Amino acid sequence: MKQKKIVSGYFTDDKDLIVAIKKLQARNIAIADVRTPFPVHGLDTVLKFKRSRLPRAGFIAGVIGLCVGLGFQAWVFTKAWPLNFGGKPNFSLPSFIPVTFELTVLFTAFALVFGFLIRSKLGPGSDAVLYDEAVTDDHFQILLDVKDSNEETMLQTLTEVGAKGIQTHEV
Amino acid sequence: MYKQFEFSQKLKSRLLILIVLGALLAIGGILLNLDDTHRIWANVLLNGFFFTAIALGAMFFIAVHVLGESGWQTSISRIPEAMSLYVPVGGLFMLLVLVGMHNIYHWSHTEDLDAILKGKSAFLNPVAFSIRTVAYILAWTVLIFKIRKLSLASDKSDNIKLFNKNRTWSAVFIVVFAVTSSTAAWDWIMSIDSHWYSTLFGWYIFSGFFVSAVAMIIILLFTLRNMGYMQHVNEEHLHDLGKYLFGFSIFWAYLWIAQYLLIWYSNIPEETIYYVKRLEDFPNLFIINLVLNFVAPFLVLMARGTKRKINILLITSIIVLCGHWIDTYLGIWPGALGHATFGILEIGMTLFTLGLFLFAFYHNFAKAPVVQENNPYFKESFDYDNIR
Repeated sequence: MKQKKIVSGYFTDDKDLIVAIKKLQARNIAIADVRTPFPVHGLDTVLKFKRSRLPRAGFIAGVIGLCVGLGFQAWVFTKAWPLNFGGKPNFSLPSFIPVTFELTVLFTAFALVFGFLIRSKLGPGSDAVLYDEAVTDDHFQILLDVKDSNEETMLQTLTEVGAKGIQTHEV
Repeated sequence: MYKQFEFSQKLKSRLLILIVLGALLAIGGILLNLDDTHRIWANVLLNGFFFTAIALGAMFFIAVHVLGESGWQTSISRIPEAMSLYVPVGGLFMLLVLVGMHNIYHWSHTEDLDAILKGKSAFLNPVAFSIRTVAYILAWTVLIFKIRKLSLASDKSDNIKLFNKNRTWSAVFIVVFAVTSSTAAWDWIMSIDSHWYSTLFGWYIFSGFFVSAVAMIIILLFTLRNMGYMQHVNEEHLHDLGKYLFGFSIFWAYLWIAQYLLIWYSNIPEETIYYVKRLEDFPNLFIINLVLNFVAPFLVLMARGTKRKINILLITSIIVLCGHWIDTYLGIWPGALGHATFGILEIGMTLFTLGLFLFAFYHNFAKAPVVQENNPYFKESFDYDNIR
């Protein structure tokens, strides 16, 4: 397995984290990842993340769910097994709406959850490495990949921007 | 930074022209339709109720945010605040309806009532109806003036007690509103179809006028920005207003389908008559109502980007506002007239009340600073963003 070297440092306040990221970027140091206990407002803007395509996947899945729900009910109640419910026509749109709605929501939810798990390589059996368990509590951790630049500069810059617990990990 | 709004002479005269034009058209319409008193009074009720309810929805908007201690809305809260002050003016229209109630409400003809209406007469009789109408208007007006007074006092002092008092009075308003918004909807709109009733009608009407109030806030915000005020309102605030418009349009559609579906399923003639009248005599409006109030805002505002562009928001708001005017029309006309009418009377009355509403809004908006700078959440209002 290929060796990977990661430099990490943490902050105890999200505002310090944002300031430090801006300083690192000003010195042209690429940030591999940032781990926080909760979603930090403005972090994705600072890291210049592209907007997720997840909503689009959800929309497409929702449209499919809508068509499946409506089409399946229309087929069952008019072709496959027509039944007389209180003298109402076999094709009764109002009675299809709740089921169609639920299937739309279900398909969207599945697309969002599984799309997210697949794209971020999460889920059962995935290999998640925590360099610092406190990122689930009160540490805001910056990870730098050593292959991006010199290790010495990285360690030095991290100290300068005020990071604590600076370490090098080999994975 | 926060430029004080001035009700310019130009705007004033434009609105006065709108009011006079509306009044002239309305008077012309009344003279042309003197024999059709049902139509005249239905117009008074429609526009009186529609704009009063929007003002009331604006007050609910403030109260619910004050109670929820939300930060973002403090940057625009003076807009719904100034809107809410229209309630006493619109209340005059509702008091006027009391004079002509025989032309709208079947149950008010106490001399010849059938068994069902006799059974309802303990609640639905002219005296109790008048007392309730006056009580609603009085209670809302008193609470709205009280909350406005506290809000104006907070401009001069940064005492936290004012904020806490405001919260208490907002809670009182919510409690009063929870009961009166439902009963007022029963009294003013549902009882037009005197034999028919629906238990969720109050929320249905509420969801309609609340989303109209949000649409009106967006439209007024646009006009103010166009005149060079409220420049501090940023995309995040627009996004949140857009979410309100989107979410409550869906909420309205949800209540609409909930009411329709149960009546359609059970298929009891006493209940289906409500929809039979609307589907047979107003088939086009019935569909247009759903398209304007649900399909259009749902499809347009689903994407993130459209909620952050004020022009798209403005167009959607106008569509939704027209849609809910039609929705209220559909609540009144089938019961009061039984057939669709649209002419200079309807146009004139709508322009007249719209003009009054806008005039009252700008008049009251000019009286106070455009933002509540002493609100403890004011800074927070600019220190947030909607997650992507």
